[in-house]
Amino acid sequence: AMEGGPSARIREGDCAVLKRDEVFKAVSVLRRRKIIFEKQWFYLDNAIGHIYGTTFEVTSGGNLQPKQEVEETTTETKEAGTDNRNIVDDGKSQKLTHDDIKALKDKGIKGQEIVQQLIENSTTFRDKTEFAQDKYIKKKKKKYEAVITIVKPSTRILSTMYYAREPGKINHLRYDTLAQMLTLGNIHAGNKMIVMETCAGLVLGAVMERMGGYGSIIQMYPGGGPVRAATGCFGFPKPFFDNLHEFPLSKVQSLLSGTFTTETLPADPEENALVEDESNGLSEEKQTSLQETEEEPTTEAAMEINPTEEQDMMDINAEDVEFKENKEKENKENVREKQIKQWERRKKLLEAAALLREKNADGLIVASKFHPTPLLLSLLEFVAPSRPFVVYCQYKEPLLECYTKLRERGGVINLKLSETWLRNYQVLPDRSHPKLTMSGGGGYLLSGITVVLDKGKSDSSNSEALKMEEPSSKRCKLQDLPC
Amino acid sequence: MSFVEYGDTIKDGDTAIVFLGHESMFPVKVQHGTVTQTKYGVIRHSTDLIGKKYGSKVTCSKGGWVFILHPTPELWTMNLPHRTQILYSTDISIITMMLELKPGSIVCESGTGSGSLSHALIRTVAPTGHLYTVEFHQQRAEKAREEFREHGVEHLVTVTNQDVCKNGFGVSNIADAVFLDIPSPWEAIGHAKSALKAEGGRICSFSPCIEQVQRTCLAMEEYGFTEINTLEILLRVYNVRTISLQIPDLGKTAEDNSSTGFDSSNPSHQGSPCANLQQGTVQFKSGVPLREVVGHTGYLTFATKS
Repeated sequence: AMEGGPSARIREGDCAVLKRDEVFKAVSVLRRRKIIFEKQWFYLDNAIGHIYGTTFEVTSGGNLQPKQEVEETTTETKEAGTDNRNIVDDGKSQKLTHDDIKALKDKGIKGQEIVQQLIENSTTFRDKTEFAQDKYIKKKKKKYEAVITIVKPSTRILSTMYYAREPGKINHLRYDTLAQMLTLGNIHAGNKMIVMETCAGLVLGAVMERMGGYGSIIQMYPGGGPVRAATGCFGFPKPFFDNLHEFPLSKVQSLLSGTFTTETLPADPEENALVEDESNGLSEEKQTSLQETEEEPTTEAAMEINPTEEQDMMDINAEDVEFKENKEKENKENVREKQIKQWERRKKLLEAAALLREKNADGLIVASKFHPTPLLLSLLEFVAPSRPFVVYCQYKEPLLECYTKLRERGGVINLKLSETWLRNYQVLPDRSHPKLTMSGGGGYLLSGITVVLDKGKSDSSNSEALKMEEPSSKRCKLQDLPC
Repeated sequence: MSFVEYGDTIKDGDTAIVFLGHESMFPVKVQHGTVTQTKYGVIRHSTDLIGKKYGSKVTCSKGGWVFILHPTPELWTMNLPHRTQILYSTDISIITMMLELKPGSIVCESGTGSGSLSHALIRTVAPTGHLYTVEFHQQRAEKAREEFREHGVEHLVTVTNQDVCKNGFGVSNIADAVFLDIPSPWEAIGHAKSALKAEGGRICSFSPCIEQVQRTCLAMEEYGFTEINTLEILLRVYNVRTISLQIPDLGKTAEDNSSTGFDSSNPSHQGSPCANLQQGTVQFKSGVPLREVVGHTGYLTFATKS
């Protein structure tokens, strides 16, 4: 809804992401709600109505104020040294004490001014090289000029945030690996996708973003219900969820063998979703802010019920019987509501089962804490031929086994086991070099394409398997055997 | 079929991918009456392809067989005719995500080159987005137009034959993202900025040399771009192999005849070595790196227009 049109504005109720340098945090935009971020406390009220991407300063009152564009005072050729041979790091070069700096902060002196004070009170500053001075100023600015940018959530922002803050919740799926999955899986508008993930709903959200509300998704879930904590952060419009279905893994075998019924349903999904959230050790603030968002509707409902009850309590002597009748009515309504919900859930389950039974999905994405092999072997049955599938695993070994089992099964080609190596760079005049290495931590992918499965011809699947392998080099023939 | 929509059966006029075996495939234009030669024999389009389901196995005249696959931008990238050096799916993936592309996005690209990235971008922004791609080489621009037409995506892309550094992208203030893969991207930063929407647009520049990157980062800063970030991404592929290693003969102790040291008596289970005492070998599964890998494609620099 936002493409090409006017830039999106921050609205109450949005899920927004706070950004300071490379640190992100997702929050609900609610009035009079205290937010803690990067050692600062503030309210988001003043941000409402501004365009996403606006940078704010935190005032002494805890309010946000858009940062004024300040003209960088062209520094006259500063005095600088040539190298550090005479600079002794005795910890005494800064003349301002902790207390002095605190006093400046308490006076409400702006960060820029504090940095200037630090420079003037440093005995070694003018001896540093220009590069070292640059680095020093950047470091102090980072610490004292606290600016916060409010950015619109996207796969880029959220996957980076989750990997930095809560990698355990997403099985250490690094954002570049996620990017590969979306492309290798040819995720695009109009697909019928099967997604199986235990990454807090981040992978689901990424798939939904690339589908733009077109097509359909069937999310397979373990236990009682899917966790979609991260999915909510994307801010998708409601229609996006119309074609999002879910189906329990525990029913997959029965569906494949044709014995599927809706008689034994998993427990209430809402309860389970909240429980999983709590037990995952969310950082306190995020947990509070997310949970409070989830709890609000129920609090409001409770508030609606209470006044009536209170009134009833006060009139209890005069209208004792009426009060009891009202209570009974309420209970009957609650039971009926539950029955309607049960029926609706059953209906949705049957819909999802019907979609799966067609066995014509356009792709399969798996990213979970479970061993990938049983998931792939069963879920691939629901995928049409000549469609891509991608499996993520934090570890390489389970994918080795998965690869082998897939070869035995047949019906897949172009199997590829891979990982990506990512490196960030610092690019500055005369100071360009790689920043930090993140290789080795991003997880592994097994991808392939389905083909028509030749069932009952073990001969052909063997020759297929041999055809699919690259020819081993002659020198290693004795040791290497294709799996 | 089209590159932006899946179809079930092969039709006359489709571009299909013939898969022969390990990483051996080529694209084919499906046409009534045509034949295609493969090392396994002849494929007759009218009888072997048209009307068949994508993903089917097709037996060729000499008896060997192939699979016919539905085209995707990724398969196209691996099989397209190169007119220039192209971008591969590893870079394309991170570009797509970092530029925040999705259905409905408006993207500008230069140079079009061989259309590898172009096809991927079109797929991502379909059905409501658009790609404005600029190519200064006249024949390449024309070839690109032709291919987009053949692949059923011409309504999603506009190819302009001009020099982006001199004349820009041909649009202003509407793009969600701009991508540059040209020799002197710093000369196009100004044009990129004017093509981008007022706030929040994303830019990416791809350059093989660090000197180009330095100049580009400087230009981005001068034009007021923020969040400037340079990275590189490399793909590491592993071959799954069962490896057998010999147990060395360390001789015997004076008393008994069993070989010392390595305890290879564990029953084999998932992942652990299985010993073959008779032959003195241990077998295990391994993900073996390829012997030759891509060590560098280019540096990717991203930034935000604010």
